[in-house]
Amino acid sequence: MEKKEHIISILVYNKPDVLARIAGTLGGKGYNIESLCVNTTTSYEISKIVMTTVGNQATVTRIENQLRRFVDVIQVDDLTNIESIHREMILVRLNITSDKKDQIKKAIDTYKWKVLLLSDSYVVLEITGDKPQIDFALARLEPLGIADITRTGIVALQLED
Amino acid sequence: MKLKGTQILLKILEEENVEIIFGYPGGTVLDIYDCLYHSKLKHILVRHEQGAVHAADGYARATGKVGVCLVTSGPGATNTVTGIATANMDSIPIVVFTGQVPTGLIGNDAFQECDITGITRPCTKHNFLVRNIEELAATIKEAFHIARTGRPGPVLVDLPKNVMAEEIEYDPANIKIRNYEVFHKPAPKKMAQVFEMLFHAKKPLIMTGGGVILGKASLELTQLAQKYQIPVTGTLMGLGSFPGTDQLWQGMLGMHGTYYANMAVSHCDLLIAVGVRFDDRVTGTIETFASNAQIIQIDIDPSSINKNVVVDLPIIGETKATLKDLMKFLADHNYAPVPAQRKAWLAQIAEWKEKVPLTYCQNGKIIKPQYVIQKLHEVTKGDVIITTEVGQNQMWTAQFFSFDKPNTFISSGGLGTMGFGLPAAIGVKCAFPDKQVVDIAGDGSIQMNIQELATAAQYKINVKIVILNNGYLGMVRQWQELFYEKRYSYTDMTYAPDFVKLAEAYGIVGLRATKPEEVEAVLKEGLDMNKPVLMDFTVSREECVYPMVRPGASISEMTLDREITN
Ligand SMILES: Cc1ncc(C[n+]2csc(CCOP(=O)(O)OP(=O)(O)O)c2C)c(N)n1
Repeated sequence: MEKKEHIISILVYNKPDVLARIAGTLGGKGYNIESLCVNTTTSYEISKIVMTTVGNQATVTRIENQLRRFVDVIQVDDLTNIESIHREMILVRLNITSDKKDQIKKAIDTYKWKVLLLSDSYVVLEITGDKPQIDFALARLEPLGIADITRTGIVALQLED
Repeated sequence: MKLKGTQILLKILEEENVEIIFGYPGGTVLDIYDCLYHSKLKHILVRHEQGAVHAADGYARATGKVGVCLVTSGPGATNTVTGIATANMDSIPIVVFTGQVPTGLIGNDAFQECDITGITRPCTKHNFLVRNIEELAATIKEAFHIARTGRPGPVLVDLPKNVMAEEIEYDPANIKIRNYEVFHKPAPKKMAQVFEMLFHAKKPLIMTGGGVILGKASLELTQLAQKYQIPVTGTLMGLGSFPGTDQLWQGMLGMHGTYYANMAVSHCDLLIAVGVRFDDRVTGTIETFASNAQIIQIDIDPSSINKNVVVDLPIIGETKATLKDLMKFLADHNYAPVPAQRKAWLAQIAEWKEKVPLTYCQNGKIIKPQYVIQKLHEVTKGDVIITTEVGQNQMWTAQFFSFDKPNTFISSGGLGTMGFGLPAAIGVKCAFPDKQVVDIAGDGSIQMNIQELATAAQYKINVKIVILNNGYLGMVRQWQELFYEKRYSYTDMTYAPDFVKLAEAYGIVGLRATKPEEVEAVLKEGLDMNKPVLMDFTVSREECVYPMVRPGASISEMTLDREITN
């Protein structure tokens, strides 16, 4: 069976150890979590976890079933099989040096990157997009000299109920 | 009414109809123990916390109710881990209360602090650290609910000392617990599919597992098999879910299954698996397991389905309700097997059985372990609850003792925990004081929780222990014989205490048999006594459990026997 990335959306009760439970069990059973995003929903009591993992359909079904066993898990959906929209975000700091200054300015204008902070010595950018868009941006940022970068996990939203 | 945390705990235990707690005190649970001092609740002081958990587990397996234990923080809590993992692997409902250091000290490496919820997260169904008195009552209630509903399992509740000392208004009507479980009622469409598959099957076989016992579905399963004359095999955990003396019963399948059960699985064209999870000890090589059959799997837990064996028709639902629905559907649609076909199938299995029956040879002057088990069945007429340790003793019990009723064979299946049998027997006997309860043990395993003899002696819990004493870690030695050219690396157990004297030192009775002709008399004497009795049977040292499916082989390829050397 073909291995591919699956984005799994999990609604859970916002309990202190719910993330440890999920991460621990999946890790303990040998399933890798590639990326992870967690926060509360409109209710503080309920959190949504968006997790990506790589595997064939049978493995991912096993992961889903494993997740459903948890007392604190309310709902599990594999967004890969449902119409959904996916986003990631990066925060990047570029150091402004005399030789790169013009290049950086030009890139920001060309790609319409959002500038969060600008000083004499650095610029901080916020870029969001789906995976290909982020990868595209990263390829353009690389030659400019990335001083530091943070990339979030994938967040995703299903388009139908 | 204002109550302290400790009082709330005991109050809810009473509301949950807890009859007995197995426990061991210490610093962080002193307040709870002080409260117990004034309570009507029965508490059994074990001699090791692992024993407390196995006892609660045995109690739960025999009664179907939730078993309860109480231990202190730190080492008391960590000592429960093997017991909890044992219960978790076999889906046994227990609630373990552990003391914890005061909330203000958690995370500081306080004296006897340990992150027991962290440690037991992978081996509990769920666990809780109670952070404040407001959530205490609901948490305890929820713990019992979670332990017993759905696929049952162990739940641990960690109780910080300061929380238990606080006071709060207690009103049972105000306790709200979350309902976490979705009960699947199988769709009628599935019943039609089963009907269709059964209708076309010439060689159907039922495989029953622990889920049938946990789901209290033995009656339904038995009716299904008997009404439609479908032969039955079972996993270790399924023993007793179908009468072991019934003609349709083919014995256990798997690594030490009967020849005819393994042949039936390999040749059947429809396998109806109920409450099983297709453990690797049962299936042998997955690729060839039941390779001629369509497989129907009925289980309450979706995560058990398609985990090891890919099935043709999964049905997620409670075993009892599902089998009831199925029986009704089959009756409503006038299902009946084709007599000639069914006769031929049963005759085929009978032929296998005749060719290679389960057998052993009791000759000479040395006691065969299987003989002791058969005699025990004879002497008790099967009216007994058996616990076992782990190893050859466990497998011979599964093979040679026939279990007619559910909840009468109590054994650590999934984890295979040596030291389980004695404390489990104590738990069982506490639940059924008038029943004969026997732990069938190996000389290795019995030493793992031997200290519980003191518990049995103190409370006059009249369990009987049958040691099949081969002076080896027998099952490991068997593997060394078969797969490591008899290099018996660290499996010789001849250096052991004199078990009869040891029994006497603990204040219980010790008996011994060394010759075949003494076996029956010793069993009768020991079983008749109204005291805990340890019976030490010196058995043939290098007996092996057969049939045996070698690891990595198909279950149809069995090693049947070796030359009988003694
Ligand atoms: C706690 C634990 N440690 C180790 C093992 C591995 N093991 C499985 S069977 C066995 C030998 C058991 O010996 P004994 O209790 O004498 O029983 P016999 O096989 O001789 O009947 C061992 C060591 C185990 N199952 N459990």
